Amino acid sequence: MFAVTYAIPDVLVFVVAALCILGGALGVIAMKNPVHSALSLILCLLGVAVAFLEQNADFLAAVEVIVYAGAIVVLFLFVIMFLGVDASKHPHVEPLVGQRWLAGLGVVITVAGVITLMVNSDWVSGVMSTSTGGTGLATGSGNVTQLGDSVFTTYLLAFEATAGLLIIAVVGAVLLARRERPADPDVEVIDVEKVALGVAEEDEGEWWIIKQGSSEEVES
Amino acid sequence: MTIPASWFLVLAAVLFGVGAFGVLTRRSALIMFMCIELMLNAVNLTFVTFARTMSDIGGQTTVFFIMVVAAAEVTVGLGIVVAVFRRRESTSVDELSELQG
Repeated sequence: MFAVTYAIPDVLVFVVAALCILGGALGVIAMKNPVHSALSLILCLLGVAVAFLEQNADFLAAVEVIVYAGAIVVLFLFVIMFLGVDASKHPHVEPLVGQRWLAGLGVVITVAGVITLMVNSDWVSGVMSTSTGGTGLATGSGNVTQLGDSVFTTYLLAFEATAGLLIIAVVGAVLLARRERPADPDVEVIDVEKVALGVAEEDEGEWWIIKQGSSEEVES
Repeated sequence: MTIPASWFLVLAAVLFGVGAFGVLTRRSALIMFMCIELMLNAVNLTFVTFARTMSDIGGQTTVFFIMVVAAAEVTVGLGIVVAVFRRRESTSVDELSELQG
């Protein structure tokens, strides 16, 4: 299989993309600072986008850059900086003895098994699909039209369910990240009627009085 | 001649392995989320490769849906991380042990 010579530009693009992917992935798991990890993740995702482009998945490459590298990683960075997560808060102690070695061993065995399976099977040897559901993939820019047709006809129900999923995710995120209203006795609500009647003393027109020890309420 | 599918599949397998190793060894919930993204991208790469090999657009459609679900997952997951951090002042998963038996 490797005796065939390939076009030099294709191989070059693949090698660069592979280096970006693997370097970025190793950076994600090796960097101590979470911000550096997120930036490595961007490198890895750009490499994946190049790999998509090389396989005629133009639309997915664009979505990969826009949604993943553009939105998701920025969300990661926003949360990292919002929380102020510091590298020093995670000392590299291992509660489980030998966890790192065991994890490495398991991962190596699994990946080696998958690769051995690929080598010994017909999946990747160029044998065409036996499925009859394939519509035939156009090369070049015809791909986007095919993908759109597929999403809006065959997978229309799944696409609509996706809309519901996104709505649920947005509502869930808002509910999770919302700061709960403090029901502590430090905050005392003024009775508006009494203020209007002059029964209670007015405090510069504010609706509630902050007593001592509740400065957190002011920040929010 | 274009790049054979096996190169991309091996690359995706290694990328998945790196992501799995990160999930298994890192302590910070944020880093673990990033490693889950790595694994999802490895699977996406495999789907696109097979879509090309088998000349079937279904693989690319699946990747499209995976991306949408991943975006929703990250949104909710980071919301959970923020909520936990507010209560615990930490994102280390080792300190979240209240549910152990």
